[in-house]
Amino acid sequence: MKKFLNNPENFLKESLSGLGKAHRDLLQVHFDPTFVTRKSINSDKVILVSGGGSGHEPLHAGLIGHGMLDAACPGHVFTSPTPDQMMAAVDFCKPNKGALFIVKNYSGDVMNFEMAAEMTSYENASILVNDDAAVIDSSYTTGKRGVAGTVIVEKIVGSLAENGGDLKSCVDLGNEVNQRCSSIGVALSSCTIPEAGKPTFDIEDDQIEFGVGIHGEPGRRREQIRPAQTIVKDMIEAIIEDFKGKNLALSNNTELLMIVNGFGGTPLSELYLIYENACEILSGYQLNVVRSLVGNYTTALDMEGASVTLCILNDRIKNHWDAPVHTASLRWGV
Amino acid sequence: MDILKYIALIDHAINENESEIEGLDRAIGDGDHFINLKRGITAILSMTDQLSTMTVSEQFKMIGMKVLSTVGGASGPLFATFFLEMGKHITDSKPSLQIIAEAFSKAVDGIKQRGKSDVGQKTMLDVLIPVAAKFQELASSNMSTQEIAADINHFAIDCAHKTKDMLPTKGRSSGLGERALGHMDPGAKSCQVMISAVCQHIQGE
Repeated sequence: MKKFLNNPENFLKESLSGLGKAHRDLLQVHFDPTFVTRKSINSDKVILVSGGGSGHEPLHAGLIGHGMLDAACPGHVFTSPTPDQMMAAVDFCKPNKGALFIVKNYSGDVMNFEMAAEMTSYENASILVNDDAAVIDSSYTTGKRGVAGTVIVEKIVGSLAENGGDLKSCVDLGNEVNQRCSSIGVALSSCTIPEAGKPTFDIEDDQIEFGVGIHGEPGRRREQIRPAQTIVKDMIEAIIEDFKGKNLALSNNTELLMIVNGFGGTPLSELYLIYENACEILSGYQLNVVRSLVGNYTTALDMEGASVTLCILNDRIKNHWDAPVHTASLRWGV
Repeated sequence: MDILKYIALIDHAINENESEIEGLDRAIGDGDHFINLKRGITAILSMTDQLSTMTVSEQFKMIGMKVLSTVGGASGPLFATFFLEMGKHITDSKPSLQIIAEAFSKAVDGIKQRGKSDVGQKTMLDVLIPVAAKFQELASSNMSTQEIAADINHFAIDCAHKTKDMLPTKGRSSGLGERALGHMDPGAKSCQVMISAVCQHIQGE
């Protein structure tokens, strides 16, 4: 393992301190327990609190700011944060209109947020994000995982909350956006957790993991590397299958938001190549991509690979996407 | 009931099994199970002075809250629930074996509810639920404490091995499907290691 590292145990603290200093105009970083908040808190809006294991940066702390999150609770790398962090974040923000927890669907995150929701004295509600098309949902599984669609949910609900939406309407819109998002990822290499010091999974040089999760957890199949066009075609098909499974109709009037997300180890040039190939394939389905985001937004540390997320827009969701946002990692309209 | 002694034994046993637990978790999990266990145990051991002046019930509760705030992941709330429930049901400082078995069973029930999971899903519950039932059965038999400990030790090892043939339907490895066959569940393994550590010590007493 080769990483910029001092003591693995201090990795998170040093990294978060750096984030706080680099964005001192936007963020405050708190320790013991660890949480990050906006520099100035508006307690009179619905307070959006997200969180999850670290290693997915800029998720979630990089998405705190006007028009998006109010607070984020980073756990240890790939490990859910603990309830005391969420409770401290809510206490700090003193929500007068309630707190909304945005949680990715992993058993650890779900349980820790659930315990925080039970123990906090503030009114609260939760949205569970589960946009990963790779895991076939059934009553026998933990369910689909929450991946890059989380960025879209946080942006859209963030805009509604900023514009005075109440807790109930934020929950409803968040659930609707989650339902309209579908993602699939492919890994070319493993990631390495700093504290573990060795790759999370073994993969041959000429192999890829199709349907990988954002912790390097396996997806649908291990297979031979092949031309990007054919991989992207399979990714788009998996997403379209998933939309069908969710009974979401696609027509030639359908407007899409597409995120091509890097997992941390893939250059932007390759992400744009994926974007190009995806657009070509989608035009074959007569589907229009009208909004885009290309870059590293939901990473898996240093893993090479990428995911594609499609979100079926409507005018309301499109307007909230376009609304001003000012965070460390997403900024427009301000 | 000397909880601190058992925690020290568990710490030792977990360290001895580091490579196996980590290997299983890298194969079918996400590679952080050992780190999380270690963080929880270290946090508990750092409270030894405070804990030593408390009642057994208070000790369990304090350990539960510490685990809840330090471990994270899925194992944090699950183990925390176990300790908090133990603290609720063991109020005596010298509880009988039946009371311990009863409390253990209720604590495992708490894990089951928190994780919305059950036996046969390739998780820690595939060791904990059968062991809890076995423990209750043996605690009301005429066997000696040493014999019971020996039985439970072997039974826990068998239960952990049986997860090899199970398809994962809950937890981190559920995305793997058939690829997880042949691997023991890392959570089942670590629970067995902890149970065996305590049982083997009691056997030798």
